[in-house]
Amino acid sequence: MNRTSKAAPIRVLIAKPGLDGHDRGAKVVARALRDAGFEVIYAGLRQTPEEIVRAALEEDVDLIGLSILSGAHMALFPKVLALLKKEKAGDIPVFAGGIIPDEDARRLKKAGIRAIFGPGTTLQEIVTTAQRLARSAA
Amino acid sequence: MTRAARMPPAARAILDGDRRALARVISQVENRDPKVAAISRALYPKTGGTPIIGITGPLGVGKSSLINLIVARLRELDRSVGVVAVDPSSPFSGGSVLGDRIRFERRADDAGVFFRSMASRGEAGGVAAATREVARLMDAAGFDVVLVETVGSGQVDIAIRDIASTSVVVLVPHLGDEVQTLKAGLFEIADVFCVNKADLPGADLARKDLSELVGLGAGRSGWTPLVVSTSTTQPSGVEALWTAVETHERFLDSSGQRGIEERRRLSAEIVELVRERVGRELSVRLDRDPDLRKVVDDVVSRKIDPREAAERLERGSAFRR
Ligand SMILES: Nc1nc2c(ncn2[C@@H]2O[C@H](COP(=O)(O)OP(=O)(O)OP(=O)(O)O)[C@@H](O)[C@H]2O)c(=O)[nH]1
Ligand SMILES: [Mg+2]
Repeated sequence: MNRTSKAAPIRVLIAKPGLDGHDRGAKVVARALRDAGFEVIYAGLRQTPEEIVRAALEEDVDLIGLSILSGAHMALFPKVLALLKKEKAGDIPVFAGGIIPDEDARRLKKAGIRAIFGPGTTLQEIVTTAQRLARSAA
Repeated sequence: MTRAARMPPAARAILDGDRRALARVISQVENRDPKVAAISRALYPKTGGTPIIGITGPLGVGKSSLINLIVARLRELDRSVGVVAVDPSSPFSGGSVLGDRIRFERRADDAGVFFRSMASRGEAGGVAAATREVARLMDAAGFDVVLVETVGSGQVDIAIRDIASTSVVVLVPHLGDEVQTLKAGLFEIADVFCVNKADLPGADLARKDLSELVGLGAGRSGWTPLVVSTSTTQPSGVEALWTAVETHERFLDSSGQRGIEERRRLSAEIVELVRERVGRELSVRLDRDPDLRKVVDDVVSRKIDPREAAERLERGSAFRR
């Protein structure tokens, strides 16, 4: 967005909406992104869509990554997208990871989630996609 | 020059309470974007009235958890708060995981709070300058209080005294040895000591030890650091902590120390800016200007030593006066 210098790191918000209790996967992704030179704002567990969008705006991130295991993704992800749009921040790409059935993944992509990573995805794949998404939005 | 020029739209927006504009300009500060200069200049006259409270201390002592409770307390008192939390960047990748937000709980629709995480990105001097700039933007944005979280290690904790009007040093029980070795540095910084994790054994002793040390070192500018203990997991002491901060802020006013300290901070800032500019300019010229290259040649060939070279440059044409 406002990345003026090529050297400026990509800022990404990693959040875990929903009520399920552990965030090991999200933390692993956060560290992989850090090691690839991202600035990762780690918002932690049990974030509401409102909190996620608020954090994304205050932190002026280039990218949002959501992680979920609880199955509430069909309710929560579109809510995040809608709130972003309402705040005129619909240009911030959102990607997601977690256990998401193929049919849901298709619908979420249609709704505007830019990439969805299932349990088998490599960290390298996530990093590369995140870089591409951030660049495409810049 | 441009003093009478129109205020940059971003500066106007920040003054009008536009939080998106604030967030974007903070990014520009982080990116060392030259456009910030005009915005800062336009906002500067609107700054200076806001207490800037530094919360510093070793890794994991509970700084963010305390900030969470301090913010809750301030919101009860109906005071708005800007928070900037600085974490180190990885020296290897340049990336970072900024986790201070995890501890932060508040209503998503509360416009009276603004929380920003910041990575240190590079050398300590730069961090200090960027952090000060961000705190100042929050001041201009109209927050009643600005809180700055920094990890106290080496350079950065010293720098907090060049940014904050009140510095709180957070420690935990059983940091005994560390306190001994850090002692000199810590006493330079602390206006208030906070022994957090008071729910753990040893807190009373730590507090007593600190109070004794503080008693010995008393007298700097007429202020003796206050010692409080807190727990964020079994919440206690946070009101007392905030009262201690306010006591110091009132002392600054009643003693006239506020003006003196502010002068010291601003002088240091000017010196730093000049040092940076002159340094940058000089590096380039030592490399490119034939006369100056000769001076370096003489040092390389041991004809003169570096100190003499510096003196020659200072006397000669390297600095315009
Ligand atoms: N027992 C106890 N644990 C606490 C207390 N305050 C914080 N903690 C724990 O200490 C750990 C670190 O807390 P943070 O608030 O993140 O500490 P910090 O100083 O901000 O950490 P860094 O920003 O990483 O330096 C967490 O696991 C907290 O739950 C306390 O009063 N008592
Ligand atoms: Mg912290």
